[in-house]
Amino acid sequence: MNQLMRFTRVHGDSKVAPFVAILVILTALASLGNLLMPQDSIFYVSTYTITLLGKYLCYAMLALAVDVIWGYCGILSLGHGAFFALGGYGMGMYLMRQIGDRGVYGNPELPDFMVFLNWTELPWFWYGFDQFWFAMLMVLLIPGTLAFIFGWLAFRSRVTGVYLSIMTQALTYALLLAFFRNEMGFGGNNGLTDFKDILGFDLQSDNTRVALFATTAFLLGLTFIISHKILKSRMGKVIVAIRDGESRARFLGYRTERYKVWLFVYSAMIAGIAGALYVPQVGIINPGEFSPLNSIEIVIWVAVGGRGTLIGAIVGALLVNYAKTKFTAIMPDGWLFALGAMFVLVTLFLPQGLVGLFNKFKGNKPDNNAGSHALEPKATEDAKA
Amino acid sequence: MNALTDVREVMRRDRVWSFLQEDHKEVDVSHDVILYVEGLNLSFDGFKALNDLNLYVNDGELRCLIGANGAGKTTLMDVITGKTTPDSGSVYFGQTLNLLQHDEADIANLGIGRKFQKPTVFEAHSVFDNLELSLKQQKGVMPTLFARLSPSEIDRIDEVLAIIGLKEQRFMMAGALSHGQKQWLEIGMLLMAEPRLLLVDEPVAGMTAQETERTAELLTSLAGDHTVIVVEHDMEFVRSIARTVTVLHQGTVLAEGTMDQVQNNPDVIEVYLGEAP
Repeated sequence: MNQLMRFTRVHGDSKVAPFVAILVILTALASLGNLLMPQDSIFYVSTYTITLLGKYLCYAMLALAVDVIWGYCGILSLGHGAFFALGGYGMGMYLMRQIGDRGVYGNPELPDFMVFLNWTELPWFWYGFDQFWFAMLMVLLIPGTLAFIFGWLAFRSRVTGVYLSIMTQALTYALLLAFFRNEMGFGGNNGLTDFKDILGFDLQSDNTRVALFATTAFLLGLTFIISHKILKSRMGKVIVAIRDGESRARFLGYRTERYKVWLFVYSAMIAGIAGALYVPQVGIINPGEFSPLNSIEIVIWVAVGGRGTLIGAIVGALLVNYAKTKFTAIMPDGWLFALGAMFVLVTLFLPQGLVGLFNKFKGNKPDNNAGSHALEPKATEDAKA
Repeated sequence: MNALTDVREVMRRDRVWSFLQEDHKEVDVSHDVILYVEGLNLSFDGFKALNDLNLYVNDGELRCLIGANGAGKTTLMDVITGKTTPDSGSVYFGQTLNLLQHDEADIANLGIGRKFQKPTVFEAHSVFDNLELSLKQQKGVMPTLFARLSPSEIDRIDEVLAIIGLKEQRFMMAGALSHGQKQWLEIGMLLMAEPRLLLVDEPVAGMTAQETERTAELLTSLAGDHTVIVVEHDMEFVRSIARTVTVLHQGTVLAEGTMDQVQNNPDVIEVYLGEAP
């Protein structure tokens, strides 16, 4: 019995490998379709599509970050766009420094907007961002540190539920207002844009675009696997236990606030990476990314896909954003209504999201962590059999 | 003069500074008493929930706490487990451990397990996982991230599954268990941690007669190796398990003794049993 159990513990999660395989294959096909196929071939994938796919994958990674804390630990963050945007600004600052004297004003040291503001020297917080490694370190550290400070204060004071959600919303809104100011030194309203190259490669070339897309896919796969490993470990079980009965976990001797803080930091770092990958692909980062609306949209992606399942979050982000692309092309004004309707419908009829629907059709047992009570009788039968 | 006495007090040769004492992790029951609660006072917005409460519990004892609603039973448990800080008074676990200086997680790791009034288990986890999480183990973030279930831990889980009679349900989701089974699972979770002191809040609320009987057996079998404090409203149940009963009333101890002594105590008859003959 015990051996059987250990076997299922190690090999039972059959969904991860196929999912990563599909991701790798599709990425490879799309990349080759762009680079090797002639333009008139039916297998040709346009560079526009590649960039679009890369953008979707960044969103998927962001959804993954939100799902890790919302779906598994019950912390509903309505401010995760903030960590995404901070990661994006980190990358944006590196890309700005790479422009060098090719800017409109031709100043080798200062980005255009600083010359425009009559600044004479680089602010101290821009130092080091001409180094790629430093910028990438900051992409992890800045969101991570902010999440640590915020989480430490909030979770230690045992702020939970809707109050925490409101605070995260306020956090991202405060950052939005701060980054709008020119004095902040991040380009104010216009943000950072007009990027030329990354690590010496021209950002406009097909090869760079495909490489960025492939890197995004790779990192999405990697963060997916790492998140899965974390959540399947005993720590993951504690995290779900905190979601379902925080005081029980505390009286069992777990310092629940520490688990929450570290999970929040982990999640913020993934969001930061997603933001850093997003910026070179879309070519701009501005304070609009801090908008509370963006953060709420992420939550909807996760809800549509199915919270508490990592695949659900990724699938949800991809599908909703694909729908957004299509829908806004046909009826730009209607999108927000469609998004709202989708959220209401999913909440009412699909509490498990699309993944839950899929499992129902397949007659699968629900994922351990999905917390499905609707399927309880079934679980009982299985146990008896 | 005053300064001189202060200095003398400081220089006393038999003085032991608290910071020089080693940090005790083991409970010291050399005087047979495992829990000292002395002069406890606590008021919420003027309402005195605990009023100069004194309680001593011996090691290995099965003690029942009874009392009407609002008598301070659950508040007392909150104070012992670190959830609430009293206005004044002291709570010692054994001779050396001052529980008021520790938080919930610390107190749990020192060996005090608590079962809530409403059965609280991790519903999205299997019975087995519930017990795994309750193992006596390192409970920091990093140790749990890399924790592996060892064979001896699996044996320990099997042992507890046998004690609480949930062997058949080991892979069932805890949320799918019946009410009584959840209560037992929660007691099992406490046992996993090998506690010295178990605080059990209303273990038979909502149970069938049969389940109640089994719970009574379970709790009496636990006493001896563990110290058990049971809070319960069900008088039949208390009579069936209790050796010593403590009656709380308005945040203070009204009477203490065997069930018969307590029931014949005129004060108790007046304030508690008198209302529900």
